[in-house]
Amino acid sequence: MKAPQFAYVRARSLAEVFELLAAHGDGAKLLAGGQSLIAALNMRLSSPRLLIDITRLTELSGIQLRDGVVRIGALTTHAEIERSPEIRKNLPLLAQAAPHIAHPAIRNVGTLGGSIALADPAAEWPACCVALDAQFTIAGKTGTRRIAARDFFKGLYATALKPVEVLTHVEIRMPGPDYRSAFVELAQRRGDYAIAGLAAVAKRAGGTLTDLRLAFLGMGQAPVLARGAMAAMEGRRAEADSIAAASQALTRDLDPAPDLYSSAATKMHLARALTGRALAALAA
Amino acid sequence: MSPIMEQAVETTLTVNGTPVTRRIPARQHLIDFLREELGLTGSHVGCEHGVCGTCTVRVDGKIVRGCLMLAVQADGRRVETIEGLSDSGELAALQEAFHRRNALQCGFCTPGMLIAAQELVANEPGASRERIREHLSGNYCRCTGYQAIVDAIEDVLRK
Repeated sequence: MKAPQFAYVRARSLAEVFELLAAHGDGAKLLAGGQSLIAALNMRLSSPRLLIDITRLTELSGIQLRDGVVRIGALTTHAEIERSPEIRKNLPLLAQAAPHIAHPAIRNVGTLGGSIALADPAAEWPACCVALDAQFTIAGKTGTRRIAARDFFKGLYATALKPVEVLTHVEIRMPGPDYRSAFVELAQRRGDYAIAGLAAVAKRAGGTLTDLRLAFLGMGQAPVLARGAMAAMEGRRAEADSIAAASQALTRDLDPAPDLYSSAATKMHLARALTGRALAALAA
Repeated sequence: MSPIMEQAVETTLTVNGTPVTRRIPARQHLIDFLREELGLTGSHVGCEHGVCGTCTVRVDGKIVRGCLMLAVQADGRRVETIEGLSDSGELAALQEAFHRRNALQCGFCTPGMLIAAQELVANEPGASRERIREHLSGNYCRCTGYQAIVDAIEDVLRK
């Protein structure tokens, strides 16, 4: 189908964006990569009066390293993250996750900030951000505020972002050199929406895993930090009994709803399989 | 000064090397603009929500979904379609290999397949069959079952 009628404006500054958002409220939508928004417009799932194209705000793009923190602009594309040597070296989880996001032509255009602001429950970046304890910078007319990823995602396509605000940057502290990460995902076909996925980070020392973070995607309305499984595994080697204990703890951590193709029981089974794979990869 | 807010926007883009200026409705997708306004019907329209890949074109040297970009967003950008990339000879080796390997039946997906495949050929000459399949995961073919398409791309990569 074709998109409905809307007005379009190419913003030249953030100040202009705030002015337009204040004037149009819910009737306006920000256009970044558009790889979900334009599909939604085409299917008439969304009918804004105004699209505010923010893609020419170059200050919202790019990857910077400073004082042990990686700062990524919201307009940085999935492909830029996938190919960045700085990301591969300092935040390998993001490089591991990027190839799972849709397909090359979509990764060339879709953005980090767009994925986070949309908060699709099957999206890769929100789970990675929760696993890495990312901080989001949100700008509004009166200034900026920061919020932790774990507090940002509120539910199904629901976030702490107000209609008059713009997500501008994601900041992630680099884990030390003794940290390992793994990203595993199951989908019907390569690049499809995840049935279940897991972003995992841990410190590996002398064969044991500590400071473990397990963030699931596709297993709830928002990314789920599996605290029970994390505690069950903390300080242990990734062996059959510890992995079994972590898998068992997932019963309390996760309460997935069935989707079109997979029952809740199937999803739980897949989450356990992914946990085993991720823990083995962290320990390898 | 208040920004200009319109339902149709004067837009200048370069299409296959030729500058084009038109007043374009904001809601018109790049692929519809190319096909309906410029008559470049080589790129096809399939699912119109980013799944099938038959509308794949290049913008500023990168493959994109023509149905997930508004034509007005292409302002100031360089767009290349199957017509331009065929005329320039850039796709000649892939086109020859698709022909020889019988890598198409109805041909509807072929323009998108060729443009997507060329990105892999240009950037990853050592790509394995698995990488070819991953790279083409966003381009659907409903006739051939992909085997011959992967064979054809592999032929070009191994040359």
